[in-house]
Amino acid sequence: MRTGSRLPDETFRYAMIACGLSVAVVLGLILYELVVNSSLSLHQFGWRFFISQTWDPVKDQFGALPFIYGTIVSSIVALVLAVPLGVGVALFITEMCPQRLRGILSFSTELLAAIPSVIYGLWAIFVLVPILRLYIEPGLMRYFGWTGLFEGPPYGIGMLAAGIVLAIMVVPIISSLTREVLSAVPRNQREAALALGSTRWEMIRIGVLRNARAGILGAVILGLGRALGETMAVTMVIGNRPEIAKSLLAPGYTMASVIANEFTEATGRLYLSALVEIGLALFLVTIVVNALARLLVWSVTRGLPARVHAQ
Amino acid sequence: MGVGIEVESLNAWFGATQALQDIGMRIAPNHATAIIGPSGCGKSTFVRCLNRMHETLPETRVTGKVRIGEMEVYGDGTPAVLVRRQVGMVFQKPNPFPAMSIYDNVAAGLKLNGFRDRRKLDEIVERSLRMAALWDEVKDALKKKSGASLSGGQQQRLCIARALAVEPNVLLMDEPASALDPISTGKIEDLIFQLKENYTIVIVTHNMQQAARVAEFTGFFLLGRLIEFAKTEKIFTNPSDKRTEDYITGRFG
Ligand SMILES: Nc1ncnc2c1ncn2[C@@H]1O[C@H](COP(=O)(O)OP(=O)(O)OP(=O)(O)O)[C@@H](O)[C@H]1O
Ligand SMILES: [Mg+2]
Repeated sequence: MRTGSRLPDETFRYAMIACGLSVAVVLGLILYELVVNSSLSLHQFGWRFFISQTWDPVKDQFGALPFIYGTIVSSIVALVLAVPLGVGVALFITEMCPQRLRGILSFSTELLAAIPSVIYGLWAIFVLVPILRLYIEPGLMRYFGWTGLFEGPPYGIGMLAAGIVLAIMVVPIISSLTREVLSAVPRNQREAALALGSTRWEMIRIGVLRNARAGILGAVILGLGRALGETMAVTMVIGNRPEIAKSLLAPGYTMASVIANEFTEATGRLYLSALVEIGLALFLVTIVVNALARLLVWSVTRGLPARVHAQ
Repeated sequence: MGVGIEVESLNAWFGATQALQDIGMRIAPNHATAIIGPSGCGKSTFVRCLNRMHETLPETRVTGKVRIGEMEVYGDGTPAVLVRRQVGMVFQKPNPFPAMSIYDNVAAGLKLNGFRDRRKLDEIVERSLRMAALWDEVKDALKKKSGASLSGGQQQRLCIARALAVEPNVLLMDEPASALDPISTGKIEDLIFQLKENYTIVIVTHNMQQAARVAEFTGFFLLGRLIEFAKTEKIFTNPSDKRTEDYITGRFG
Protein backbone atom coordinates (compact mmCIF):
# COMPACT_ATOMS: atom_id res chain seq x y z
CA MET A 1 0.00 0.00 0.00
CA ARG A 2 1.16 3.51 -0.70
CA THR A 3 -0.60 5.41 2.02
CA GLY A 4 2.23 7.91 2.42
CA SER A 5 1.96 9.18 -1.13
CA ARG A 6 -0.53 11.94 -0.30
CA LEU A 7 1.85 14.43 1.21
CA PRO A 8 4.55 14.56 -1.49
CA ASP A 9 1.80 14.81 -4.08
CA GLU A 10 0.37 17.91 -2.44
CA THR A 11 3.78 19.50 -1.99
CA PHE A 12 4.58 18.85 -5.59
CA ARG A 13 1.30 20.41 -6.64
CA TYR A 14 1.92 23.59 -4.66
CA ALA A 15 5.46 23.82 -5.95
CA MET A 16 4.19 23.64 -9.50
CA ILE A 17 1.50 26.22 -8.85
CA ALA A 18 4.14 28.50 -7.38
CA CYS A 19 6.33 28.10 -10.46
CA GLY A 20 3.43 28.85 -12.74
CA LEU A 21 2.37 31.87 -10.75
CA SER A 22 5.88 33.27 -10.57
CA VAL A 23 5.86 33.77 -14.34
CA ALA A 24 2.68 35.82 -14.11
CA VAL A 25 4.07 37.75 -11.15
CA VAL A 26 7.27 38.62 -13.00
CA LEU A 27 5.22 39.81 -15.95
CA GLY A 28 3.06 41.94 -13.68
CA LEU A 29 6.09 43.42 -11.92
CA ILE A 30 7.72 44.37 -15.20
CA LEU A 31 4.56 46.11 -16.31
CA TYR A 32 4.29 47.90 -12.95
CA GLU A 33 7.89 49.10 -13.03
CA LEU A 34 7.54 50.33 -16.58
CA VAL A 35 4.41 52.32 -15.77
CA VAL A 36 5.84 53.81 -12.57
CA ASN A 37 9.11 54.81 -14.17
CA SER A 38 7.50 56.36 -17.21
CA SER A 39 4.84 58.29 -15.29
CA LEU A 40 6.70 61.56 -15.67
CA SER A 41 6.73 61.33 -19.43
CA LEU A 42 3.21 59.91 -19.50
CA HIS A 43 1.93 63.00 -17.69
CA GLN A 44 4.06 65.52 -19.51
CA PHE A 45 3.29 64.46 -23.10
CA GLY A 46 0.14 62.33 -22.94
CA TRP A 47 -0.90 60.90 -26.30
CA ARG A 48 1.24 63.44 -28.15
CA PHE A 49 4.22 61.35 -27.19
CA PHE A 50 3.26 58.81 -29.83
CA ILE A 51 2.63 61.27 -32.65
CA SER A 52 5.41 63.77 -32.11
CA GLN A 53 8.49 63.56 -34.31
CA THR A 54 10.80 65.62 -32.15
CA TRP A 55 13.40 63.82 -30.11
CA ASP A 56 15.52 66.52 -28.53
CA PRO A 57 17.07 65.63 -25.17
CA VAL A 58 18.70 69.07 -24.93
CA LYS A 59 15.35 70.89 -24.98
CA ASP A 60 13.59 68.07 -23.09
CA GLN A 61 11.26 67.47 -26.02
CA PHE A 62 10.42 63.83 -26.57
CA GLY A 63 8.27 62.19 -29.24
CA ALA A 64 8.38 58.52 -30.13
CA LEU A 65 7.07 58.56 -33.69
CA PRO A 66 10.43 58.13 -35.48
CA PHE A 67 11.13 55.02 -33.40
CA ILE A 68 7.70 53.59 -33.87
CA TYR A 69 8.03 54.24 -37.58
CA GLY A 70 11.48 52.66 -37.70
CA THR A 71 10.35 49.58 -35.80
CA ILE A 72 7.32 49.09 -38.03
CA VAL A 73 9.09 49.72 -41.32
CA SER A 74 12.12 47.56 -40.56
CA SER A 75 9.79 44.78 -39.45
CA ILE A 76 7.70 45.08 -42.60
CA VAL A 77 10.81 44.92 -44.78
CA ALA A 78 11.90 41.87 -42.79
CA LEU A 79 8.56 40.12 -43.23
CA VAL A 80 8.32 40.90 -46.93
CA LEU A 81 11.63 39.11 -47.39
CA ALA A 82 11.30 36.43 -44.74
CA VAL A 83 7.75 35.17 -45.30
CA PRO A 84 8.20 33.80 -48.82
CA LEU A 85 11.61 32.45 -47.94
CA GLY A 86 10.57 30.90 -44.62
CA VAL A 87 7.39 29.34 -45.98
CA GLY A 88 9.32 28.17 -49.05
CA VAL A 89 11.95 26.48 -46.92
CA ALA A 90 9.27 24.80 -44.82
CA LEU A 91 7.41 23.60 -47.91
CA PHE A 92 10.58 22.27 -49.43
CA ILE A 93 11.50 20.40 -46.26
CA THR A 94 8.09 18.85 -45.67
CA GLU A 95 6.89 18.23 -49.20
CA MET A 96 9.73 17.80 -51.62
CA CYS A 97 13.01 17.21 -49.94
CA PRO A 98 14.53 13.70 -50.04
CA GLN A 99 14.28 12.03 -46.62
CA ARG A 100 18.04 12.11 -46.02
CA LEU A 101 18.39 15.84 -46.65
CA ARG A 102 15.40 16.64 -44.45
CA GLY A 103 17.14 16.26 -41.11
CA ILE A 104 20.20 18.20 -42.15
CA LEU A 105 18.17 21.05 -43.56
CA SER A 106 15.83 21.45 -40.63
CA PHE A 107 18.75 21.20 -38.24
CA SER A 108 20.67 23.92 -39.99
CA THR A 109 17.69 26.28 -40.21
CA GLU A 110 17.15 25.79 -36.50
CA LEU A 111 20.83 26.48 -35.92
CA LEU A 112 20.38 29.88 -37.55
CA ALA A 113 18.00 30.75 -34.74
CA ALA A 114 20.63 29.97 -32.12
CA ILE A 115 23.26 32.42 -33.38
CA PRO A 116 23.55 35.46 -31.06
CA SER A 117 22.22 38.58 -32.69
CA VAL A 118 25.47 40.48 -32.21
CA ILE A 119 27.09 38.01 -34.60
CA TYR A 120 24.45 38.82 -37.19
CA GLY A 121 25.23 42.49 -36.58
CA LEU A 122 28.93 41.97 -37.16
CA TRP A 123 28.31 39.93 -40.26
CA ALA A 124 26.00 42.63 -41.55
CA ILE A 125 28.54 45.39 -40.97
CA PHE A 126 31.39 43.56 -42.65
CA VAL A 127 29.61 41.65 -45.39
CA LEU A 128 26.05 42.82 -45.99
CA VAL A 129 26.52 46.58 -45.76
CA PRO A 130 29.39 46.79 -48.30
CA ILE A 131 27.48 44.59 -50.73
CA LEU A 132 24.40 46.76 -50.33
CA ARG A 133 26.39 49.95 -50.77
CA LEU A 134 28.37 48.85 -53.79
CA TYR A 135 25.96 46.70 -55.75
CA ILE A 136 22.42 46.30 -54.52
CA GLU A 137 21.46 49.82 -53.54
CA PRO A 138 22.74 51.49 -56.74
CA GLY A 139 20.81 48.85 -58.68
CA LEU A 140 17.64 49.44 -56.69
CA MET A 141 18.00 53.18 -57.24
CA ARG A 142 18.37 52.77 -60.97
CA TYR A 143 15.45 50.41 -61.49
CA PHE A 144 13.09 51.19 -58.62
CA GLY A 145 14.09 54.78 -57.86
CA TRP A 146 10.74 55.93 -59.28
CA THR A 147 8.90 54.34 -56.34
CA GLY A 148 10.56 56.84 -54.02
CA LEU A 149 11.51 53.98 -51.73
CA PHE A 150 15.10 53.92 -52.92
CA GLU A 151 16.52 57.42 -52.96
CA GLY A 152 19.38 59.37 -51.51
CA PRO A 153 23.00 58.37 -51.07
CA PRO A 154 23.52 54.60 -50.78
CA TYR A 155 25.22 54.42 -47.40
CA GLY A 156 24.72 50.71 -47.07
CA ILE A 157 23.70 51.32 -43.50
CA GLY A 158 20.02 52.15 -43.07
CA MET A 159 16.49 50.81 -42.92
CA LEU A 160 17.02 48.32 -45.76
CA ALA A 161 20.10 46.81 -44.12
CA ALA A 162 18.22 46.48 -40.84
CA GLY A 163 15.28 44.87 -42.60
CA ILE A 164 17.50 42.33 -44.32
CA VAL A 165 19.32 41.35 -41.13
CA LEU A 166 15.99 41.01 -39.37
CA ALA A 167 14.70 38.88 -42.23
CA ILE A 168 17.61 36.47 -41.84
CA MET A 169 16.93 36.24 -38.12
CA VAL A 170 13.21 35.72 -38.62
CA VAL A 171 13.39 33.06 -41.34
CA PRO A 172 14.26 30.21 -38.94
CA ILE A 173 11.31 31.08 -36.71
CA ILE A 174 8.86 31.23 -39.56
CA SER A 175 10.19 28.13 -41.27
CA SER A 176 10.39 25.89 -38.23
CA LEU A 177 6.91 26.80 -37.05
CA THR A 178 5.48 26.55 -40.53
CA ARG A 179 7.09 23.15 -40.83
CA GLU A 180 5.35 22.04 -37.66
CA VAL A 181 2.04 23.36 -38.93
CA LEU A 182 2.47 21.72 -42.33
CA SER A 183 3.30 18.35 -40.86
CA ALA A 184 0.22 18.62 -38.67
CA VAL A 185 -1.89 18.58 -41.83
CA PRO A 186 -3.07 14.97 -42.01
CA ARG A 187 -1.90 12.81 -44.88
CA ASN A 188 -5.50 12.11 -45.84
CA GLN A 189 -5.83 15.73 -46.98
CA ARG A 190 -2.94 15.25 -49.35
CA GLU A 191 -4.43 11.98 -50.56
CA ALA A 192 -7.82 13.62 -51.10
CA ALA A 193 -6.20 16.22 -53.34
CA LEU A 194 -4.04 13.69 -55.19
CA ALA A 195 -6.93 11.32 -55.79
CA LEU A 196 -8.81 14.14 -57.51
CA GLY A 197 -5.98 14.30 -60.00
CA SER A 198 -4.08 17.29 -58.73
CA THR A 199 -0.49 17.90 -59.63
CA ARG A 200 2.03 18.16 -56.84
CA TRP A 201 1.70 21.94 -56.66
CA GLU A 202 -2.11 21.80 -56.71
CA MET A 203 -1.96 19.19 -53.97
CA ILE A 204 0.19 21.52 -51.88
CA ARG A 205 -2.15 24.40 -52.56
CA ILE A 206 -5.52 22.80 -51.80
CA GLY A 207 -4.51 19.89 -49.60
CA VAL A 208 -1.80 21.51 -47.49
CA LEU A 209 -1.49 25.31 -47.57
CA ARG A 210 -5.20 25.87 -47.47
CA ASN A 211 -5.53 23.83 -44.30
CA ALA A 212 -2.47 25.37 -42.72
CA ARG A 213 -3.04 29.03 -43.38
CA ALA A 214 -4.11 30.01 -39.88
CA GLY A 215 -1.02 28.32 -38.49
CA ILE A 216 1.26 29.89 -41.06
CA LEU A 217 -0.20 33.27 -40.20
CA GLY A 218 0.63 32.48 -36.58
CA ALA A 219 4.21 31.66 -37.50
CA VAL A 220 4.49 34.92 -39.41
CA ILE A 221 3.15 36.93 -36.49
CA LEU A 222 5.57 35.21 -34.15
CA GLY A 223 8.36 36.16 -36.52
CA LEU A 224 7.00 39.69 -36.42
CA GLY A 225 7.23 39.63 -32.65
CA ARG A 226 10.89 38.74 -32.93
CA ALA A 227 11.53 41.47 -35.47
CA LEU A 228 9.80 44.13 -33.37
CA GLY A 229 11.90 43.44 -30.32
CA GLU A 230 15.27 42.68 -31.87
CA THR A 231 17.83 45.19 -30.65
CA MET A 232 21.51 44.48 -31.14
CA ALA A 233 21.81 43.57 -34.79
CA VAL A 234 19.47 46.37 -35.78
CA THR A 235 21.31 48.98 -33.78
CA MET A 236 24.52 48.01 -35.51
CA VAL A 237 23.24 48.63 -39.03
CA ILE A 238 20.21 50.93 -38.99
CA GLY A 239 22.13 54.19 -38.62
CA ASN A 240 20.48 55.34 -35.40
CA ARG A 241 19.03 58.61 -36.59
CA PRO A 242 15.61 59.63 -35.21
CA GLU A 243 14.16 60.76 -38.51
CA ILE A 244 11.32 59.62 -40.68
CA ALA A 245 12.34 59.17 -44.28
CA LYS A 246 10.38 57.56 -47.07
CA SER A 247 13.51 56.08 -48.59
CA LEU A 248 14.58 52.69 -47.27
CA LEU A 249 18.18 53.61 -47.95
CA ALA A 250 18.08 56.36 -45.34
CA PRO A 251 19.14 55.72 -41.76
CA GLY A 252 16.47 55.28 -39.11
CA TYR A 253 16.01 54.24 -35.53
CA THR A 254 13.87 51.67 -33.72
CA MET A 255 12.23 51.55 -30.31
CA ALA A 256 14.48 48.81 -29.05
CA SER A 257 17.69 50.35 -30.30
CA VAL A 258 17.03 53.83 -28.92
CA ILE A 259 16.53 52.35 -25.48
CA ALA A 260 19.73 50.33 -25.73
CA ASN A 261 21.76 53.23 -27.07
CA GLU A 262 20.60 56.12 -24.93
CA PHE A 263 19.68 54.58 -21.61
CA THR A 264 23.14 54.88 -20.10
CA GLU A 265 23.57 58.48 -21.19
CA ALA A 266 20.08 59.68 -20.32
CA THR A 267 20.76 62.26 -17.66
CA GLY A 268 17.52 64.14 -17.12
CA ARG A 269 14.62 62.46 -15.31
CA LEU A 270 12.24 63.27 -18.14
CA TYR A 271 14.67 61.84 -20.70
CA LEU A 272 14.87 58.60 -18.73
CA SER A 273 11.15 58.51 -18.27
CA ALA A 274 10.56 58.96 -22.01
CA LEU A 275 12.85 56.03 -22.77
CA VAL A 276 10.97 53.87 -20.29
CA GLU A 277 7.70 54.85 -21.91
CA ILE A 278 9.04 53.64 -25.25
CA GLY A 279 9.92 50.42 -23.46
CA LEU A 280 6.39 50.17 -22.13
CA ALA A 281 4.92 50.58 -25.59
CA LEU A 282 7.27 47.96 -27.02
CA PHE A 283 6.47 45.58 -24.19
CA LEU A 284 2.73 45.82 -24.73
CA VAL A 285 2.96 45.46 -28.50
CA THR A 286 5.19 42.39 -28.39
CA ILE A 287 3.03 40.72 -25.73
CA VAL A 288 -0.09 41.17 -27.82
CA VAL A 289 1.61 40.06 -31.02
CA ASN A 290 3.05 36.96 -29.42
CA ALA A 291 -0.18 36.00 -27.72
CA LEU A 292 -2.02 36.27 -31.01
CA ALA A 293 0.55 34.16 -32.80
CA ARG A 294 0.58 31.43 -30.14
CA LEU A 295 -3.18 31.25 -30.27
CA LEU A 296 -3.19 30.76 -34.02
CA VAL A 297 -0.44 28.15 -34.04
CA TRP A 298 -2.03 26.37 -31.12
CA SER A 299 -5.43 26.24 -32.76
CA VAL A 300 -3.91 24.51 -35.77
CA THR A 301 -1.54 22.05 -34.19
CA ARG A 302 -4.25 20.94 -31.79
CA GLY A 303 -6.23 19.93 -34.83
CA LEU A 304 -8.91 22.53 -34.35
CA PRO A 305 -8.75 24.30 -37.67
CA ALA A 306 -9.91 27.85 -37.15
CA ARG A 307 -13.29 27.68 -38.83
CA VAL A 308 -12.93 29.21 -42.22
CA HIS A 309 -16.00 30.15 -44.14
CA ALA A 310 -16.55 30.23 -47.85
CA GLN A 311 -15.00 33.14 -49.63
CA MET B 1 -20.23 5.35 -68.68
CA GLY B 2 -18.16 2.82 -66.82
CA VAL B 3 -15.33 0.96 -68.44
CA GLY B 4 -13.73 -2.37 -67.66
CA ILE B 5 -10.49 -2.87 -65.79
CA GLU B 6 -7.91 -5.48 -66.68
CA VAL B 7 -5.15 -6.29 -64.27
CA GLU B 8 -2.24 -8.48 -65.29
CA SER B 9 0.60 -9.83 -63.12
CA LEU B 10 0.46 -6.89 -60.75
CA ASN B 11 3.08 -6.74 -57.99
CA ALA B 12 3.47 -4.05 -55.37
CA TRP B 13 6.06 -3.38 -52.69
CA PHE B 14 6.50 -1.29 -49.59
CA GLY B 15 10.27 -1.00 -49.37
CA ALA B 16 11.45 -4.61 -49.37
CA THR B 17 8.14 -6.20 -48.37
CA GLN B 18 5.93 -7.36 -51.17
CA ALA B 19 2.30 -6.49 -50.50
CA LEU B 20 0.82 -7.84 -53.74
CA GLN B 21 1.94 -10.86 -55.71
CA ASP B 22 1.07 -11.55 -59.28
CA ILE B 23 -2.52 -10.33 -59.27
CA GLY B 24 -4.62 -10.85 -62.37
CA MET B 25 -8.26 -9.78 -62.59
CA ARG B 26 -10.86 -8.65 -65.09
CA ILE B 27 -13.34 -6.23 -63.63
CA ALA B 28 -16.58 -5.88 -65.55
CA PRO B 29 -17.83 -2.46 -66.60
CA ASN B 30 -20.94 -1.05 -64.92
CA HIS B 31 -20.93 -3.55 -62.12
CA ALA B 32 -19.79 -3.49 -58.54
CA THR B 33 -16.88 -5.71 -57.61
CA ALA B 34 -16.09 -6.40 -53.97
CA ILE B 35 -12.63 -7.05 -52.58
CA ILE B 36 -12.60 -9.06 -49.37
CA GLY B 37 -9.97 -10.67 -47.20
CA PRO B 38 -8.43 -10.52 -43.74
CA SER B 39 -6.72 -7.41 -42.48
CA GLY B 40 -3.32 -6.79 -44.04
CA CYS B 41 -3.91 -8.99 -47.07
CA GLY B 42 -3.39 -6.16 -49.53
CA LYS B 43 -6.91 -4.97 -50.36
CA SER B 44 -6.15 -1.29 -49.95
CA THR B 45 -2.86 -1.67 -51.74
CA PHE B 46 -4.67 -3.32 -54.63
CA VAL B 47 -7.21 -0.55 -55.19
CA ARG B 48 -4.54 2.07 -54.67
CA CYS B 49 -2.58 0.50 -57.50
CA LEU B 50 -5.53 0.96 -59.83
CA ASN B 51 -5.30 4.78 -59.71
CA ARG B 52 -1.58 5.01 -59.02
CA MET B 53 -2.02 6.24 -55.46
CA HIS B 54 0.32 3.52 -54.21
CA GLU B 55 3.35 5.25 -55.69
CA THR B 56 2.64 8.46 -53.76
CA LEU B 57 3.89 6.77 -50.59
CA PRO B 58 7.65 6.86 -50.07
CA GLU B 59 9.73 3.87 -51.13
CA THR B 60 6.99 1.98 -52.91
CA ARG B 61 7.17 0.13 -56.21
CA VAL B 62 4.70 -1.38 -58.65
CA THR B 63 5.18 -3.71 -61.60
CA GLY B 64 2.66 -5.26 -63.97
CA LYS B 65 -0.13 -4.03 -66.15
CA VAL B 66 -3.41 -2.29 -65.45
CA ARG B 67 -5.71 -1.25 -68.26
CA ILE B 68 -8.74 0.92 -67.58
CA GLY B 69 -10.84 1.08 -70.72
CA GLU B 70 -8.34 2.09 -73.37
CA MET B 71 -5.86 3.59 -70.93
CA GLU B 72 -2.64 1.84 -69.99
CA VAL B 73 -2.44 2.96 -66.36
CA TYR B 74 1.26 2.16 -66.05
CA GLY B 75 2.07 2.96 -69.67
CA ASP B 76 5.11 5.08 -70.42
CA GLY B 77 3.13 7.95 -71.81
CA THR B 78 0.39 7.99 -69.17
CA PRO B 79 0.75 10.64 -66.48
CA ALA B 80 -0.49 9.62 -63.04
CA VAL B 81 -2.51 12.82 -62.83
CA LEU B 82 -4.51 11.84 -65.90
CA VAL B 83 -5.27 8.40 -64.45
CA ARG B 84 -6.49 9.86 -61.18
CA ARG B 85 -8.76 12.31 -62.97
CA GLN B 86 -10.59 9.42 -64.57
CA VAL B 87 -10.75 7.24 -61.51
CA GLY B 88 -12.60 8.52 -58.48
CA MET B 89 -11.57 7.35 -55.03
CA VAL B 90 -13.34 7.30 -51.70
CA PHE B 91 -11.30 6.54 -48.62
CA GLN B 92 -12.07 4.63 -45.45
CA LYS B 93 -11.99 7.75 -43.31
CA PRO B 94 -13.98 10.65 -44.74
CA ASN B 95 -11.55 13.36 -45.82
CA PRO B 96 -13.40 16.46 -46.94
CA PHE B 97 -11.37 19.65 -47.13
CA PRO B 98 -12.19 21.38 -43.83
CA ALA B 99 -11.14 24.82 -45.04
CA MET B 100 -13.60 24.70 -47.94
CA SER B 101 -17.35 25.09 -48.04
CA ILE B 102 -19.52 22.13 -49.04
CA TYR B 103 -19.88 23.66 -52.47
CA ASP B 104 -16.15 24.15 -52.93
CA ASN B 105 -15.47 20.62 -51.76
CA VAL B 106 -17.64 19.21 -54.53
CA ALA B 107 -16.29 21.67 -57.08
CA ALA B 108 -12.64 21.13 -56.11
CA GLY B 109 -11.87 18.54 -58.78
CA LEU B 110 -13.54 20.53 -61.53
CA LYS B 111 -11.74 23.70 -60.56
CA LEU B 112 -8.47 21.78 -60.77
CA ASN B 113 -9.39 20.88 -64.31
CA GLY B 114 -9.71 24.57 -65.05
CA PHE B 115 -13.50 24.54 -65.09
CA ARG B 116 -14.76 28.09 -64.63
CA ASP B 117 -18.32 28.27 -65.98
CA ARG B 118 -20.35 29.29 -62.89
CA ARG B 119 -23.75 28.12 -64.08
CA LYS B 120 -22.47 24.77 -65.24
CA LEU B 121 -20.54 24.39 -61.99
CA ASP B 122 -23.71 25.02 -59.93
CA GLU B 123 -25.48 22.38 -61.98
CA ILE B 124 -22.79 19.77 -61.56
CA VAL B 125 -22.46 20.41 -57.83
CA GLU B 126 -26.18 19.95 -57.39
CA ARG B 127 -26.28 16.82 -59.53
CA SER B 128 -23.32 15.27 -57.71
CA LEU B 129 -24.81 15.99 -54.31
CA ARG B 130 -28.13 14.51 -55.44
CA MET B 131 -26.41 11.38 -56.70
CA ALA B 132 -24.66 11.10 -53.35
CA ALA B 133 -28.04 11.47 -51.60
CA LEU B 134 -26.82 14.49 -49.69
CA TRP B 135 -28.48 17.36 -51.54
CA ASP B 136 -31.56 17.67 -49.34
CA GLU B 137 -29.52 17.77 -46.18
CA VAL B 138 -27.10 20.49 -47.26
CA LYS B 139 -28.79 22.55 -49.94
CA ASP B 140 -29.49 25.45 -47.57
CA ALA B 141 -25.91 25.87 -46.39
CA LEU B 142 -23.91 24.96 -49.49
CA LYS B 143 -21.58 27.90 -49.32
CA LYS B 144 -21.92 28.73 -45.68
CA LYS B 145 -20.95 25.51 -43.98
CA SER B 146 -17.50 23.99 -44.00
CA GLY B 147 -17.01 20.44 -45.25
CA ALA B 148 -15.89 19.51 -41.74
CA SER B 149 -19.09 20.68 -40.09
CA LEU B 150 -21.05 17.66 -41.33
CA SER B 151 -21.56 14.37 -39.54
CA GLY B 152 -19.28 11.44 -40.40
CA GLY B 153 -21.83 9.82 -42.70
CA GLN B 154 -22.59 13.12 -44.40
CA GLN B 155 -18.88 13.77 -44.81
CA GLN B 156 -18.46 10.42 -46.52
CA ARG B 157 -21.32 11.17 -48.90
CA LEU B 158 -19.73 14.56 -49.53
CA CYS B 159 -16.53 12.78 -50.47
CA ILE B 160 -18.50 10.56 -52.82
CA ALA B 161 -20.09 13.64 -54.39
CA ARG B 162 -16.65 15.19 -54.74
CA ALA B 163 -15.40 12.08 -56.53
CA LEU B 164 -18.47 11.92 -58.79
CA ALA B 165 -18.32 15.57 -59.80
CA VAL B 166 -15.42 15.00 -62.16
CA GLU B 167 -17.42 12.25 -63.91
CA PRO B 168 -14.93 9.44 -63.51
CA ASN B 169 -15.24 6.15 -65.39
CA VAL B 170 -14.41 4.13 -62.33
CA LEU B 171 -15.11 4.61 -58.65
CA LEU B 172 -12.80 2.99 -56.10
CA MET B 173 -14.08 2.74 -52.54
CA ASP B 174 -11.87 1.55 -49.71
CA GLU B 175 -14.14 0.47 -46.89
CA PRO B 176 -16.33 3.53 -47.40
CA ALA B 177 -18.77 2.61 -44.65
CA SER B 178 -16.58 1.10 -42.01
CA ALA B 179 -16.59 4.23 -39.84
CA LEU B 180 -20.32 4.78 -40.15
CA ASP B 181 -23.48 3.84 -38.27
CA PRO B 182 -25.94 1.37 -39.83
CA ILE B 183 -28.20 4.07 -41.23
CA SER B 184 -25.41 5.92 -43.01
CA THR B 185 -24.05 2.57 -44.16
CA GLY B 186 -27.44 1.72 -45.61
CA LYS B 187 -27.53 5.02 -47.48
CA ILE B 188 -24.13 4.40 -48.96
CA GLU B 189 -25.05 0.89 -50.01
CA ASP B 190 -28.19 2.17 -51.71
CA LEU B 191 -26.00 4.69 -53.41
CA ILE B 192 -23.59 2.06 -54.71
CA PHE B 193 -26.55 0.14 -55.98
CA GLN B 194 -27.70 3.09 -58.08
CA LEU B 195 -24.27 4.22 -59.14
CA LYS B 196 -23.25 0.92 -60.64
CA GLU B 197 -25.65 1.46 -63.50
CA ASN B 198 -23.30 4.10 -64.80
CA TYR B 199 -20.00 3.45 -63.10
CA THR B 200 -17.61 0.61 -62.61
CA ILE B 201 -17.24 0.26 -58.88
CA VAL B 202 -14.58 -1.52 -56.91
CA ILE B 203 -15.35 -1.66 -53.21
CA VAL B 204 -13.14 -2.98 -50.45
CA THR B 205 -15.10 -4.27 -47.50
CA HIS B 206 -14.70 -6.24 -44.32
CA ASN B 207 -18.37 -6.84 -44.14
CA MET B 208 -19.38 -9.90 -46.06
CA GLN B 209 -23.07 -9.14 -45.97
CA GLN B 210 -22.23 -5.85 -47.55
CA ALA B 211 -20.29 -7.55 -50.31
CA ALA B 212 -23.19 -9.91 -50.87
CA ARG B 213 -25.68 -7.04 -50.99
CA VAL B 214 -23.97 -4.69 -53.39
CA ALA B 215 -21.48 -6.59 -55.55
CA GLU B 216 -21.96 -8.94 -58.51
CA PHE B 217 -18.35 -10.09 -58.35
CA THR B 218 -16.06 -10.71 -55.43
CA GLY B 219 -12.34 -11.24 -55.15
CA PHE B 220 -10.85 -12.90 -52.10
CA PHE B 221 -7.33 -11.84 -51.15
CA LEU B 222 -4.98 -13.59 -48.75
CA LEU B 223 -1.40 -12.63 -47.92
CA GLY B 224 -1.02 -10.45 -50.98
CA ARG B 225 -2.44 -12.99 -53.42
CA LEU B 226 -5.77 -13.18 -55.18
CA ILE B 227 -7.07 -16.55 -54.07
CA GLU B 228 -10.38 -16.59 -55.82
CA PHE B 229 -12.34 -14.29 -58.07
CA ALA B 230 -15.87 -15.15 -59.15
CA LYS B 231 -19.51 -14.19 -59.03
CA THR B 232 -20.37 -13.09 -55.51
CA GLU B 233 -23.00 -15.78 -55.24
CA LYS B 234 -20.50 -18.47 -56.01
CA ILE B 235 -17.92 -17.12 -53.57
CA PHE B 236 -20.43 -17.17 -50.75
CA THR B 237 -22.29 -20.38 -51.51
CA ASN B 238 -19.86 -22.60 -53.28
CA PRO B 239 -16.26 -21.38 -53.21
CA SER B 240 -13.77 -23.50 -55.09
CA ASP B 241 -10.86 -22.81 -52.78
CA LYS B 242 -10.65 -24.21 -49.28
CA ARG B 243 -9.13 -20.97 -47.95
CA THR B 244 -12.01 -18.90 -49.27
CA GLU B 245 -14.44 -21.23 -47.61
CA ASP B 246 -12.57 -20.99 -44.31
CA TYR B 247 -12.63 -17.22 -44.48
CA ILE B 248 -16.30 -16.77 -45.31
CA THR B 249 -17.39 -19.32 -42.76
CA GLY B 250 -15.43 -17.37 -40.19
CA ARG B 251 -12.81 -20.00 -39.46
CA PHE B 252 -10.09 -17.37 -39.54
CA GLY B 253 -9.44 -13.69 -40.25
N1 LIG C 1 2.63 2.54 -45.42
C1 LIG C 1 3.05 1.26 -45.35
N2 LIG C 1 4.36 0.99 -45.18
C2 LIG C 1 4.80 -0.27 -45.11
N3 LIG C 1 4.01 -1.34 -45.23
C3 LIG C 1 2.70 -1.15 -45.39
C4 LIG C 1 2.15 0.16 -45.47
N4 LIG C 1 0.81 0.06 -45.66
C5 LIG C 1 0.56 -1.25 -45.68
N5 LIG C 1 1.67 -2.00 -45.53
C6 LIG C 1 1.75 -3.47 -45.54
O1 LIG C 1 1.23 -3.95 -46.75
C7 LIG C 1 0.36 -5.06 -46.53
C8 LIG C 1 -0.98 -4.79 -47.16
O2 LIG C 1 -1.58 -3.69 -46.53
P1 LIG C 1 -3.00 -3.13 -46.94
O3 LIG C 1 -3.17 -1.83 -46.29
O4 LIG C 1 -3.15 -3.20 -48.41
O5 LIG C 1 -3.96 -4.21 -46.25
P2 LIG C 1 -5.54 -4.25 -46.21
O6 LIG C 1 -5.95 -5.55 -46.80
O7 LIG C 1 -6.11 -3.02 -46.80
O8 LIG C 1 -5.81 -4.29 -44.65
P3 LIG C 1 -7.02 -3.63 -43.83
O9 LIG C 1 -8.17 -4.53 -44.02
O10 LIG C 1 -6.52 -3.69 -42.43
O11 LIG C 1 -7.22 -2.26 -44.35
C9 LIG C 1 0.28 -5.24 -45.03
O12 LIG C 1 1.03 -6.38 -44.70
C10 LIG C 1 0.91 -4.03 -44.44
O13 LIG C 1 1.71 -4.39 -43.34
MG1 LIG D 1 -7.17 -1.29 -46.00
